[in-house]
Amino acid sequence: MTTVLRPHAEDQYADELAILAKDDDRPRPPGWRLSPWAVTVYLLGDGDQITPKYVGPRRIVEVAVATLATDRALLLLGVPGTAKTWLSEHLAAAISGDSTLLVQGTAGTAEEAIRYGWNYARLLAEGPSRDALTPSPVMRAMSEGRLARVEELTRMPSDVQDALITVLSEKTLPIPELNEEVQAAKGFNVIATANDRDRGVNDLSSALRRRFNTVVLPVPASAEEEVEIVSRRVAQLGRSLELPDTPAGMEEIRRVVTVFRELRAGVTADGRTKIKSPSGTLSTAEAISVVTSGIALAAHFGDGVLRPADIAGGILGAVVQDPVSDRVVWQEYLEAVVRDRDDWRDFYRACRDAG
Amino acid sequence: MLADGALAPAILGVRHHGPGSAKAVRAELERLKPDIVLIEGPPEADAIVALAADPDMEPPVALLAHVPGEPSKAAFWPFAVFSPEWQAITYALGAGAEVRFCDLPAAHSLALNGETHAEAEAGHRDPIGELAQAAGYDDPERWWDDVVEHSGEGGTLEVVAEAMAAVRAGHRAAGTEAVREAAMRRALRKAVKDGFSTVAVVCGAWHVPALSDLPPAAEDDRLLRGLPKVKVDMTWVPWTHGRLAAHSGYGAGVVSPGWYDHLFSAADRPVERWLAAAAGVLREEGLPVSSAHVIESVRLAESLAVLRGRPLPGLSEVTEAARAVLCEGDEMPVRLIQRRMVVGERLGGVPASTPMVPLQRHLRDEQRRLRLKPDANARDHDLDLRKPLDLDRSRLLHRLNMIGVPWGTTRQARGKGTFKESWTLEWRPEFDVSLIEAATWGITVEAAAGARAGEFAAGEDTSLADLTALVERCLLADLTGALPGVLQAIKDKAALDGQMAHLMAALPALVRAQRYGDVRGSAGLAAITGSLLVRICAGLPSALTGLDDDASRQMVALIDGVHTAVGLLDDERPSGTGPQDRDLWQATLASLAGRTGLPGMIEGRIVRILFDSGSGMDVADVDARMARAMSLGNPPDRAAAWMEGFLSGGGLLLVHDARLLATVDGWLTGLSAEAFVDVLPLLRRTFSTFAPPERRMIGDRVRSGAPGRDAQAASADVDDEQAAPAVRTVLEILGRA
Repeated sequence: MTTVLRPHAEDQYADELAILAKDDDRPRPPGWRLSPWAVTVYLLGDGDQITPKYVGPRRIVEVAVATLATDRALLLLGVPGTAKTWLSEHLAAAISGDSTLLVQGTAGTAEEAIRYGWNYARLLAEGPSRDALTPSPVMRAMSEGRLARVEELTRMPSDVQDALITVLSEKTLPIPELNEEVQAAKGFNVIATANDRDRGVNDLSSALRRRFNTVVLPVPASAEEEVEIVSRRVAQLGRSLELPDTPAGMEEIRRVVTVFRELRAGVTADGRTKIKSPSGTLSTAEAISVVTSGIALAAHFGDGVLRPADIAGGILGAVVQDPVSDRVVWQEYLEAVVRDRDDWRDFYRACRDAG
Repeated sequence: MLADGALAPAILGVRHHGPGSAKAVRAELERLKPDIVLIEGPPEADAIVALAADPDMEPPVALLAHVPGEPSKAAFWPFAVFSPEWQAITYALGAGAEVRFCDLPAAHSLALNGETHAEAEAGHRDPIGELAQAAGYDDPERWWDDVVEHSGEGGTLEVVAEAMAAVRAGHRAAGTEAVREAAMRRALRKAVKDGFSTVAVVCGAWHVPALSDLPPAAEDDRLLRGLPKVKVDMTWVPWTHGRLAAHSGYGAGVVSPGWYDHLFSAADRPVERWLAAAAGVLREEGLPVSSAHVIESVRLAESLAVLRGRPLPGLSEVTEAARAVLCEGDEMPVRLIQRRMVVGERLGGVPASTPMVPLQRHLRDEQRRLRLKPDANARDHDLDLRKPLDLDRSRLLHRLNMIGVPWGTTRQARGKGTFKESWTLEWRPEFDVSLIEAATWGITVEAAAGARAGEFAAGEDTSLADLTALVERCLLADLTGALPGVLQAIKDKAALDGQMAHLMAALPALVRAQRYGDVRGSAGLAAITGSLLVRICAGLPSALTGLDDDASRQMVALIDGVHTAVGLLDDERPSGTGPQDRDLWQATLASLAGRTGLPGMIEGRIVRILFDSGSGMDVADVDARMARAMSLGNPPDRAAAWMEGFLSGGGLLLVHDARLLATVDGWLTGLSAEAFVDVLPLLRRTFSTFAPPERRMIGDRVRSGAPGRDAQAASADVDDEQAAPAVRTVLEILGRA
């Protein structure tokens, strides 16, 4: 067993990718490991050997794959926790077999992260040359014809973002110091993710924007779908974290998902009671981490069965992001909704004890 | 049985409203050159089919069959330009071939089920769905689109017919379906017997096998014998794309008429043209969309189609492409494209020579005279009633509303002028049915509306408030002829109605009507308002006993309404018939204020009204009454209600009416310390209903000095000379200069 905490998608699902590559006789775009059709199967699953990676509308995956096939860059938009990064990682793994060419966008991301930097020791010793140049992930992806991933594009300063414009439209990266350029090999493309919850941090210039096809990832449409996502991911995480085998009670997962969905929508599942929404996003990803930490609690400190008390603390932490206003929201929800549900009595008590 | 040299009839099975079918049918007919074309539809329409060639006929239109006198029995056969039937009709009319409709006569189908056509189709089976499933498609529409609509090659019609035969194998038509197919076969036999050499039949694909081999005629005759029958009138009416989607009446509902229209009429490169048009729609709304966007969206649509294994991008692919590229993931512009293009609201037109009821014809003339064109898109009109043209328009719209054709709905007018009216006009095809229905009332819009108003007024269970509202509507619609009847009805109802609330609710509308009506010359209204007021004044005292809180609150609102209405009454009419209306009302209130046992809220309100009107009650009097009402002898509830009634209208009045504030303030500061503590809870109860900023302003006002002195000083300090120009202007505006 690997000692890595979280293997890359292309390693973790290497066998599935191999199965698909073996049977895939459809035309592959240049530089692609699989045909577009096989990529969609890899992401959505075939109900047999291939497990679904993305649970959601089929059209989203299809548009994303078709976009990459037209050599247009792909921009995945969505509120936090809607599997943007997850989807981009698996797309890169399936198409290029490599999801590691990654630029993480932050306020401090410099232009070197997108273009190239210099190895100053060699630069001083030998003068400017290709050997003294340290390529960025984007530059490597261009020369090798792979997919580059840019995370949180809107967090980068605007001038750094705009370094992508030439890369995306001319498919070339000039190196004026050497009077050279790196031209993108076939198969190169960029997948960027951006958070539309904090839209306006560093909004994309329209010149850059129009070089992307935009796909908005929705929050799961139904409670069933979300329960499915959460339980699947919890099982995977539990395996890779080598937690003791704890039956992840569907009951508790359903409860977490229900609480999250109700608070997110501001109305109870039966549509009869209005409630306030807290300041946090309460994404599916947070639901997954609540359940996972609950399992860890149950396994190490409890009796090995996931109980309401194990998840109450996690839920409280996820909901109450702002200590004043969110606590009021949570108390109201607890008293007005949770208390009246007969089969939620132990959960109510656990939440009362937790905070 | 075929005549010498005649070919076997060509049966062209289509999907109703399918653009690919329409293209294929047109091409096939041009190849066959038939001398008669039989089309699935009611044979009663044979007489008016020639109108389809009229240059003024503009699809979407529909054949309307209706039973005179029974408006609920009506059926439509809609045609868009991309309907195969429409293409067959226009081809035949252009080529000089005869056109006949071959379905079951509407006289029978309407008698059989009076419903529209939809339920009769295809029994419980979905033939296209079965074929699609066999081909491995989960969406039958998409399968049909891929196989037929997007290819449009010759030969698909035969393939569809063969496939349909396979699906129908073993199926026995029953019920309406059997009768309809028998009627089609009979029409087919007749066409062959009449000596036409090349016969073409255009019908739903489902019926092809039933028409391909003809059973003995006797069998069909037996089926068709003794069917119930009604008298049916047939005409063309304009139709809309929206209706095509909702009430196609053929089970093959078209969810995207705009897209189909585009597929049919676009000369070539439908995807490119569609996305370019979508970009145009977005640009019109000020969204920046470049040609590069369009290029990329076309590429995305095409690669999506490849990914999904479709021969050509369909509606779902171009929609996805528009969403991801043109709209940059935003849902709002996608919806805009959906509305403007995919449905593509459009209203057809019919020529003037189409059979119409006189009422429809009159409306058409009126529309031309007033330059109001029917349009399926909602459009806003601002009318200035001082212009004769706009006044006539307003009257026409009000009259149409009266006969149940709500072509226009009024909106809140911008600006304050009473001479402005804002309308939203949206023509819907079913209005033609309403017009036919309303034709029994008259041959012009005005006559019909008048008759309708009279009929409504004479109704047994029409309430008084409805009647007074009707008076207003009659005045707006300028139905002076109908007014006397309505007024008489009001008089009769008012005399019998013992419910004071009804009378009081009726008065304000009547007074408004009277003020408005003076311009339009409606005599008799004043007499009615007068008598109504007298009844109210007489009945009000006894109506005020035994009311609970809710009833009191309603009564306060009614009293307010009547009071405002009385204030609007014109006092300059000749007196002599009795006391002036206003005096009478004032006196009634004054007598009520003196009574004991009134509910607190009402008494408070009446005192306030009298106080505001400045007659009959001075500050000292009000002060005494307030002290009495708030004193310990009263139950706290009543005292609080009294205060609520007195101060109703919100705290702002207290802020701005210095005299009122002074009175309240005077009473409050005059209380002894113990008495103040006693009334404090009651006051809190009343004041807590005010908004916090109002409370703060009241507090500021009280703190800034004794309000009473302020008010007196202010009233004494008016400089007449400085005020003169303003007063003159106001008088001029009022027309009294």
